[in-house]
Amino acid sequence: MNIAMNEQVSGQKKRIHPHKFTLWVGLASVIMMFAGLTSAYIVKRSAPSWITIEFPKTFWYSTVVMLASSLTMQMSLRDFKQRDMAKYRRLLTITALLGSLFVVLQFIGFGKLWKSGTTFEGSGEGQFLYIIAGLHILHVLGGVIALLIMFIKAFSAKKKNYDAVPVEVMSTYWHFVDILWLYLFVFFLTMA
Amino acid sequence: MSNEAILHGSEVSTHEAHHDGHGEHHHHETFISKYVFSMDHKMIAKQFLITGIIWAILGGLMSVLFRLQLGFPDTTFPWLENILGHWAKGGKIQPEFYYALVTMHGTVLVFFVLTAGLSGTFANFLIPLQIGARDMASPFMNMLSYWFFFISSVVMISSLFIQTGPASGGWTSYPPLSALGDASIGSKTGMDLWLIAMALFVVSSLLGGLNYISTILNMRTKGMSMTRLPLTVWALFFTAVLGVLSFPVLLSGFILLLFDRHAGTSFYLSDIFLASTQKALPNEGGSAILYQHLFWFLGHPEVYIILLPAMGMVSEVMSTNARKPIFGYMAMVGSIFAITILAFLVWAHHMFVTGLNPFLGSFFVLLTLLIAVPSAIKVFNWLTTLWRGNIRFTPAMLFAIGFVSLFISGGLTGIWLGNSSLDIHLHDTYFVIAHFHIVMGVASFFGMFCGVYHWFPKMYGRYLNNTMGYIHFWITIVGAYLIFWPMHYEGLAGMPRRYLDYSGWASFNQFGGLNHFISIVSIIVFAVQLLFVFNFFYSIFKGRRVKSENPWGSNTLEWTTPIHPGHGNWVGEIPEVHRWAYDYGKDGREFIPQTEPISANESEHH
Ligand code: HEM
Ligand SMILES: [Cu+2]
Repeated sequence: MNIAMNEQVSGQKKRIHPHKFTLWVGLASVIMMFAGLTSAYIVKRSAPSWITIEFPKTFWYSTVVMLASSLTMQMSLRDFKQRDMAKYRRLLTITALLGSLFVVLQFIGFGKLWKSGTTFEGSGEGQFLYIIAGLHILHVLGGVIALLIMFIKAFSAKKKNYDAVPVEVMSTYWHFVDILWLYLFVFFLTMA
Repeated sequence: MSNEAILHGSEVSTHEAHHDGHGEHHHHETFISKYVFSMDHKMIAKQFLITGIIWAILGGLMSVLFRLQLGFPDTTFPWLENILGHWAKGGKIQPEFYYALVTMHGTVLVFFVLTAGLSGTFANFLIPLQIGARDMASPFMNMLSYWFFFISSVVMISSLFIQTGPASGGWTSYPPLSALGDASIGSKTGMDLWLIAMALFVVSSLLGGLNYISTILNMRTKGMSMTRLPLTVWALFFTAVLGVLSFPVLLSGFILLLFDRHAGTSFYLSDIFLASTQKALPNEGGSAILYQHLFWFLGHPEVYIILLPAMGMVSEVMSTNARKPIFGYMAMVGSIFAITILAFLVWAHHMFVTGLNPFLGSFFVLLTLLIAVPSAIKVFNWLTTLWRGNIRFTPAMLFAIGFVSLFISGGLTGIWLGNSSLDIHLHDTYFVIAHFHIVMGVASFFGMFCGVYHWFPKMYGRYLNNTMGYIHFWITIVGAYLIFWPMHYEGLAGMPRRYLDYSGWASFNQFGGLNHFISIVSIIVFAVQLLFVFNFFYSIFKGRRVKSENPWGSNTLEWTTPIHPGHGNWVGEIPEVHRWAYDYGKDGREFIPQTEPISANESEHH
């Protein structure tokens, strides 16, 4: 029976794993939410009372941090596949820390904006930024929690599991929130 | 079998496969894991169905209450005050409560009954069974999907019991009314609870939809190519695609609304003077139209989210009971696909007269009228499927035929409304009410009934009572036409929707008798639905037992499972599929199940 199953497994190699597929569909759904918001932004931009903002430097730093976290995520996936579990766990931790740092930096950026007079009053670039970047932060935090869960799983070695699928799903998601932020940031900078 | 190999592939080599070959899980099941936090798609389907039934009773009851007001505007019903308290002071439904009732009626029936109750039930039940899978791609997410729906229901119900009452700005919750707590009492806490409940509902739909899509695309049994899928599965697939791509946009609209309500932003608000507080609001630069775009970008696909599953089940039940192959299988798939695409491109036909640029409107007219083409193809195919069939008039079949009738009647009025110039007159009148209740409300209910009567034996191993089924069908279809047909005339005369009393209005006085009549029929039809509910619960325990695995002589895979399938659906290997689902009346045989290999001397199908 086991042999038969293994044959099945190798026979199925080329097909995409359902969990990965589910993730992709889920990402499409997330994209639609941000597409909805950025379209609203584009429509509102032509309204007469549109107010733009000056981006504090912090957002550039956070962008760099986000990019770096994508890199460490990719490296941890590579180490997992090479079964170097110690390195994998270390990189996973770094990714989670960078993710958290990103969130902190975003909030510092928000704080600076707020101090410079951009509050919730109105519906210009700043208000959209609070909401859109805020929602993005929620997605990053979701990723951080998932990373923590994977981290704990990597330690509770009840059964040795070298199934790369969960790690691949995780890294795809992480790259997604990274690219999503890049898109949003560029969008805000160019569509002021 | 192959699904498990994919899902648990790498565990296989490290520890003994705990479900070898049999698939049927023999884990110890507790009451909680079997009935409450179940991860069996069949049990989750039943949870959706029964929750949906409870919601339908509530939502229907609300309509009976406001029909009492509309049909008998001068009468008082002291007993109403006994149950409803100050909402029905002196035995008359108060205006605030009237608006709360219509709002909740719409929300509950559109989302909680015809979306969750319909897709939730049948996508869960039929997808794994008909494609030959042991369960969904992610049973856990599937369970979460139900429980998010449940929490959302609890939040929505709780809004009925707070002092300021539930949301009351209509099921569309347009700002500025919905954005300003001071604008009406229904815009206070009730509106917040509405938004929270709807946000939870969106999460539930997304979790479900993701699962349905990836299950259909990845977990089909051997031989089940996409073009061999029953039309139910195709319909449920496109339903899920619509939901996954449009619900998030609605969510983004709600988020902006929440900020306008509580954070002082002005996405939707501009230049407002509030009569209730005699104050001018500081908000500037917002646009209420923006909300309408975001809302209807979901809102229109939503009506097809409600309709497509019904269409799929009707196709399946009709072919089975006409003992004939479905006519034009590929055309059916193609037209569902066309409807899905068009559903994303027509949302602004709900906004022709609310400030949309008329130039833009003309594009939306064109695209809207295009929907008539795939719709007509489907109707044609249903009728030709019936043509010279060996029809078995089971209750399920009657509801399927009734669906087609309703879809034609309601679709035709859509063509009127789709013309932006005619819509100037018809918008926000009873004509619209008649249109969408016939084509969406009643028709989808018929699809749902058709599904329940047909698959009840698979769900509970017993039949629903037929006599009650026939009574249910005939009174419902006659009643539905008697209720909604006259509304077309009221609408053509210009009678607006969302008013609680027309008697003081000289031009609409003439409809007093008609409204009276409609209300009486509504009460009768509602009572007959209770008969169905009785039949449903009675038959779960006392219905006639199903004796054979395939009581309807059907081709699809769900009828190859045991009468009471366990978690895992098939004992032993999942059957392999060799043909499409519609070989009825072929080569002199009444039906040939999908599992039967094509024999050497068999004629080609279609
Ligand atoms: C040939 C097909 C159809 C066309 C051309 C069409 C067109 C329209 C138009 C233009 C309106 C807006 C009327 C107004 O508010 O002034 C409308 C309303 C509506 N339609 Fe249709 N429709 C079609 C089929 C359907 C179907 C199949 C469904 C549902 C399954 C549906 C559900 C609705 C609903 C729910 C509304 C009213 C929403 C509201 O204002 O509360 N329609 N339709
Ligand atoms: Cu529409």
